[in-house]
Amino acid sequence: MTDVVIAGIGQTRVGEFWDISLRSLAVRAILAAIKDSGGLRPQALYAGNMLAANLSRQAHLGTLLADFSGLVGIEAETLEAAGASGAAALRQGYLAVASGLVDVALVVGVEKYTDVIGPEIEAALATTTDSDFEAIHGLTPTSQAALLMRRYQHEFDLPPNGLAEFVLTAHANGAGNPNAMYRKPLSREAYQKAEMVSEPLTLFDIAPNADGAAALILTRPNLLPKDFAHPLVRIAASASVSDTLGLHNRPEPLWFAAAQASVEQALKKAGLSREQIDLFEYYDAYSIYAALSLEAAGFAARGQGWKLAAEGAIGLQGKIPCATMGGLKARGNPGGATGVYQAVEATLQLRGQAGPNQIPKARCALIQALGGPAATAVTHVLTVAS
Amino acid sequence: MEIPRHWRLKQQRYSLVGEICPHCQVKIFPPRDVCPNCGGEANTPYTFSGRGEVYSYTTIYEAPAGFEDKAPYTVALVKLDEGPLVTAQLTDLGDTPVEIGMPVEMVTRRLRQDGDERGMLIYGYKFRPAMN
Ligand SMILES: [Zn+2]
Repeated sequence: MTDVVIAGIGQTRVGEFWDISLRSLAVRAILAAIKDSGGLRPQALYAGNMLAANLSRQAHLGTLLADFSGLVGIEAETLEAAGASGAAALRQGYLAVASGLVDVALVVGVEKYTDVIGPEIEAALATTTDSDFEAIHGLTPTSQAALLMRRYQHEFDLPPNGLAEFVLTAHANGAGNPNAMYRKPLSREAYQKAEMVSEPLTLFDIAPNADGAAALILTRPNLLPKDFAHPLVRIAASASVSDTLGLHNRPEPLWFAAAQASVEQALKKAGLSREQIDLFEYYDAYSIYAALSLEAAGFAARGQGWKLAAEGAIGLQGKIPCATMGGLKARGNPGGATGVYQAVEATLQLRGQAGPNQIPKARCALIQALGGPAATAVTHVLTVAS
Repeated sequence: MEIPRHWRLKQQRYSLVGEICPHCQVKIFPPRDVCPNCGGEANTPYTFSGRGEVYSYTTIYEAPAGFEDKAPYTVALVKLDEGPLVTAQLTDLGDTPVEIGMPVEMVTRRLRQDGDERGMLIYGYKFRPAMN
């Protein structure tokens, strides 16, 4: 397969931006990414978005964003795969450039939550579950995660507050990320006192839904300007796997089979072993998902993912650093933009531009975004190009 | 208002009608045209007994639009005696503490009100502690 490199990255801060529209958030990230690439002009735009048609009454987003970025005339489409929308857009960009049909692809992820309030957001998010057989019973993605956490407590020896380290690590890392929503470390006491949202899931087990946009410019190395300004980051593998949409249709709800398969495929395509991975940007929309993702990815045995965190293995100095720029928990979870944020952050790590959160000599990053409880799992491997 | 959508589902919603695969005999809920077990065509109706046990459960305090008047409410994954898991609310709990493994049985209750206060009422299955 032809080499595909990340030539430009751009991101907005993640937060609640009542004064910034869906389109201007996206355009800010797009212009930043084009500038970062040294001014490469995209031939195609792939937008990752989950809920704009619902929350902002805006479908047909790809074309809108090309239009408002001064790119009228290029190919433009939107990809939707719930929380994996941004990663699906990245994969689309990768396929387009790798095939040779597109020379320069722009991938943008954007989500705008603050156009509506609480119950409307919950209802919109519930449309990503099986509408006729899950959402109709009042189930939401958050309560789905709570069902999994309760069952995990039942099947495995998870002590009280046994998932704390996922949250504390994320917040510690968010402190070093200027684009994170939460930039303060969280104390163990505060975590333990958090209010209950959906038993046994507390407020601090849940990544905050927030506004944000991130963008990438992809191309082939021979098309880069001679004086390209950054260390080169390559997309070494891309894999996307689906599972049953309804959680109730899985033989083993606590096993994220699609997450497992997509990691397996991605590592195989990249020709890498788990031991060669320097950082893992997992999808910690809920602390229990971080544990299940570590298990699915093969970094921990079943039921042991929480122990890896409790032992300090996921910190910046740990054996397998995770959520290195704060993860979804502290950077914030801008829905369909999340997968693109993960790629931007991993690129910063591989370029050596991650500031106080830099993983020394990082050469291989594994990034994974999930739609629902791994009903879709999109995994990429990024490496420093030699 | 989405009357046709809910009307289409009334069999499943009122009577827990799924399917039994004519090829591998696996019992399927919700019904679908392709057996998830063997990949064969499946369209033989099968009415579940409505009995099962709690596989997992949670209480929802921040309800989505359309369910706010019911909050807080308890949602569960129920393992039916015939095998499949279903997502449903638990009801008629009174002071009964819910726990994993608790036997439950199906009842028909109002699921939600569609749209505004004049909107249509949607009924369907919930589960209550088994009476025996
Ligand atoms: Zn079958």
